[in-house]
Amino acid sequence: MNRVVITGMGIYSVIGKNLAEVRESLYKGKSGIIFDPVRKEMGFRSALTGMVERPHLKGVIDRRMRVGLSVQGEYAYVSTMEALQFAGLDQSYLDSHEVGILFGNDSSALSVVESVDILRKKKDTMMIGSGYIFQSMNSTVSMNLSVIFRLKGVNFTLSGACASGSHAIGIGYLLIKQGLQEMIICGGAQEINPESTASFDALNAFSIRESEPERASRPFDRDRDGLVPSGGAATVILESYESAVKRGATILGEIIGYGFSSNGEHISMPNVDGPVRAMEKAIRDAGIAPSEIGYINAHATSTPLGDSNEAQSILDVFGNSSPLVSSTKSMTGHEMWMGGASEVIYSTLMMNHGFVAPNINLDNPDDITSRLNIVTKATSCDFKAFLSNSFGFGGTNSSLIVRKV
Amino acid sequence: MQKDEIIRKINQLLIDEIEIDETQIHPAADLKKDLGIDSLDFVDLFVIIENNFGFKMKAEEMANVRSLEDFYNYIISRINLNER
Repeated sequence: MNRVVITGMGIYSVIGKNLAEVRESLYKGKSGIIFDPVRKEMGFRSALTGMVERPHLKGVIDRRMRVGLSVQGEYAYVSTMEALQFAGLDQSYLDSHEVGILFGNDSSALSVVESVDILRKKKDTMMIGSGYIFQSMNSTVSMNLSVIFRLKGVNFTLSGACASGSHAIGIGYLLIKQGLQEMIICGGAQEINPESTASFDALNAFSIRESEPERASRPFDRDRDGLVPSGGAATVILESYESAVKRGATILGEIIGYGFSSNGEHISMPNVDGPVRAMEKAIRDAGIAPSEIGYINAHATSTPLGDSNEAQSILDVFGNSSPLVSSTKSMTGHEMWMGGASEVIYSTLMMNHGFVAPNINLDNPDDITSRLNIVTKATSCDFKAFLSNSFGFGGTNSSLIVRKV
Repeated sequence: MQKDEIIRKINQLLIDEIEIDETQIHPAADLKKDLGIDSLDFVDLFVIIENNFGFKMKAEEMANVRSLEDFYNYIISRINLNER
């Protein structure tokens, strides 16, 4: 079995468009949430969202490579470029090695809506153009980036709702651990636009604290009233330890555990048992004691039931060992398909820079969440391993454990 | 629309929309081999021509269009047909 390490990271997020900006935002507890008047005009119950500008790629990559990129593909191109550069990988390396790509993505709504709008208006499919098909499929990110970077290894997308990005890293870890691939570009991407979140808004699941956008996402707080949708892209370069050492690469962390489970119950209501089984499986895979985990990056999205159930599941698994806990979604909002990958990056940044980012907006914990050791201010802490949780619709759960090397 | 004006407009669309290098544009240029226009770019040309000249190209009429000059002539003939 190979050891699997992270040798590159890249991020394009609502709290920063590169690792340096994101690290600073995490430390300062900066929110990336805004009120989007367009959503209100459209009839959204909540106009709150994370927001980041679209990257300008004209002149950066040629037209044929750009026209198939969805908005989240553009974010992912930027985060992947940063990750490749960080890892010291250039095009000649990618051309001469079997490097794969696994991305988490579970929608490409804007492209679907725009292309069908053209059809309804023009009544001729020929007027849709060549790009929309490659933007519209869930595999849009992996299919486009594999062509742009001329990758020759494993190439597909994982759709596992809000755990997509986490499962992508988990499956990448398993493939490298098994010796089936030496290096895989893994990540998650999430489009930001009203088209992709309208039907989610319909579920009354979003916070309506519109008068205070930056205080709306408040995981574990007594007065939390729902999540805030967000997005961007996150990329990690996974590689066998042997390959990393051979290349002389900087090792940012080692993935030692991946646990997954399904609740087997309700399509949208989370439970306690499913996350408990995912976390326990990850800890067994890692071969460590729960007490060795110094920090948990919680899934906690700021929904009343979800945060309570996760708090209970953490208490069930970790008992009295009381690791530090925070939900970076308090700053970023819920990055959905991207979140599982971005939160591994946020946590790895913290681990390598000796701090835990705050769970902002936690003014008053409730009965269950008060029993967790939640960090509300940036805290200096030299932790050696973290666990990152991601849960999604359909009851899919993913837990990853990463340790310092 | 005059012939010269049509050619100028086509050239500008190829530069702006398909991002063809201006220095490569000359009448004898082969659309595929010299200008690198592939089957997917042709799909986009359908949209670009409809949006800018107001008619729909027909795939079957494009069968013998090989060079940029062929393309100019095809567009000019369609415009003349429409104006008649």
